[in-house]
Amino acid sequence: MVPAQELTGRPARRSRRRAGRVSAGWITSFCLPAFALYGLFLVVPLVTAFYYGLFRWDGTQRGEFVGIGNYREILTRYPLSDEIPAALGHNVLFFVGTMAIQNTIGLGLAVLLHRNPWGKRLFQTLFSLPYLISPLIVGYIWSLLLSPTFGPINFALRAVGLDAWARPWLGEPDLALPVLIVVNAWQWIGGPMLIFGAALAGIPQELEEAAAMDGASPTRTFWSIRFPLLIPAVGVITVLTFIGCFNIFDLVYALGGSDGGPGGAMDVLGLLYYRTAFRGGSNAIGESSALAMLIFVLIFGVSLALERTLRRREVH
Amino acid sequence: MKTTLRTVPRPAGKIRAEATRPRGTRHRSLLHGAGNQLLLWAYAAIAFGPLLLVLIGSLRPNAEILRAPVGLPSSFDLSNYTRAWQTASISTYFINSLTVTCASVALCVSVSAMAAYALARWKFRGRALLAAFFLSGLMIPAKLGLLPVFYMFQSMGLIDSRIGLVLLYAASGIPFSVFVIMGFMRGLPGELEEAARIDGANEGRLFVSVVLPLMRPALAVATVFQFAPTWNDFFYPLVLLRSGDKYTIPVGLTRFFGEFAADRGTLFAGLVIALVPLAVVFALATKQIVAGLTAGMSR
Repeated sequence: MVPAQELTGRPARRSRRRAGRVSAGWITSFCLPAFALYGLFLVVPLVTAFYYGLFRWDGTQRGEFVGIGNYREILTRYPLSDEIPAALGHNVLFFVGTMAIQNTIGLGLAVLLHRNPWGKRLFQTLFSLPYLISPLIVGYIWSLLLSPTFGPINFALRAVGLDAWARPWLGEPDLALPVLIVVNAWQWIGGPMLIFGAALAGIPQELEEAAAMDGASPTRTFWSIRFPLLIPAVGVITVLTFIGCFNIFDLVYALGGSDGGPGGAMDVLGLLYYRTAFRGGSNAIGESSALAMLIFVLIFGVSLALERTLRRREVH
Repeated sequence: MKTTLRTVPRPAGKIRAEATRPRGTRHRSLLHGAGNQLLLWAYAAIAFGPLLLVLIGSLRPNAEILRAPVGLPSSFDLSNYTRAWQTASISTYFINSLTVTCASVALCVSVSAMAAYALARWKFRGRALLAAFFLSGLMIPAKLGLLPVFYMFQSMGLIDSRIGLVLLYAASGIPFSVFVIMGFMRGLPGELEEAARIDGANEGRLFVSVVLPLMRPALAVATVFQFAPTWNDFFYPLVLLRSGDKYTIPVGLTRFFGEFAADRGTLFAGLVIALVPLAVVFALATKQIVAGLTAGMSR
């Protein structure tokens, strides 16, 4: 009896280990470093921000517990009660505008490259080069290029006789946001192009050939065969663009300073949070933490919802 | 004879029929192709033109730029670069950025590789939860925790310290790195690891000498994708650094743009210097970049 148990016990343990069981010590030593870093510097600060937001602050001195008091305050008291909706509106326009421009051009370029593979790598590299540049540097580059008197763009416009088009691009409240959108789309267009390109390459050739044999025109083939298969790619891009557009800070800072350009025409939630946290009044900690939580819920909530609908779509 | 005579014209006719039909379409598709090429080059000009203007501007003396904002350099002159590098202390910012970026990428990728391997290969309680915990960071706007980070750093003596930045950047890169490496490991058969286990290697040894070499493609993607945002980051150093000699390139640039506002040639040169490391990374790692960008698709 006893030897038999010993005999069966050992190989059983070994095979369990082979199936992926490892001692707790190894698990801890492999997972703990990442867990600790990520937890301490990413998760804990966000939880702390939530906690901070529940109190009234006097400078760095924590005062009484006010619950949702800070939230009520920032949403109802001037100037934040005006600045928050304005900044949110700019973020939304920024997101919608960026999506419209980068997806149409990105898809167009991907289709062109899919049709003529000649020089594909070269073009992909050229198109996505701005992708890697810091948004701050992109902002500085464009602020130099667009500068009213000494900027090459206005110079070129004047040179071809379009003097009326040479405008102080970043100095006019009506123009600043559209310019910001175009600059942003210019930077990120490589993403959609590559993602659409990969999706197009993944569509089996037979499908298109079959459609062509049935007499479908290239346009028809595109809209009925390729386009539906590109929808998941659109989903991925939407989530990435949403996160990017609502986290925007550097680009606006470089193009319009920390006040968000002329008359705050480019003010966005990121800048507003920065100003509230580091230039706010005595209750800056309370107010900016409440604002941070609102932005957090917005970004995290919407991207989660987008992701969910995306998954469900893919299943169907 | 008869049979050959009868059969010869047939293929010839077929060939002619085939040759005439494609000639028309080929003509059209050639035109089409030329149109496509034109569009592609036009967009290449839009994408690359601004960068070219910066590069050309960096080689022209400032007086020339102010007189004619667009134009070719009259002579090959690198004095803008020496001014930016020395007088505007871009060299200091550059070295700071390089140190902080390399250290944080190394830290981030190594801890992520370990965790991702454990999560992909070992079965233990809470594994799914831990994976979800890491991956949730992909959608978390981490920068909103800036104020608590600021006070935490103050209590730890990490304000105005490059070490603080390294830790922060390493932490914020963990979700994506874990995501990429874990995905890669799941698609990799575990036979080599099994063999090493049977040979009696312990888990640490196994990881270093068997798993890490296998992971290389995923490590490369994680490295590239951690390098660029870290090199580029502006928000954290803007708040967490104070002394100019610790500034990284992005905060250094804001100061530089204030000091040299009138000297466009030098500004252009400074921008080019700030772009060089990324251009190098880009040239070396286009494949990894494409793989990383499309990683989200394979889910």
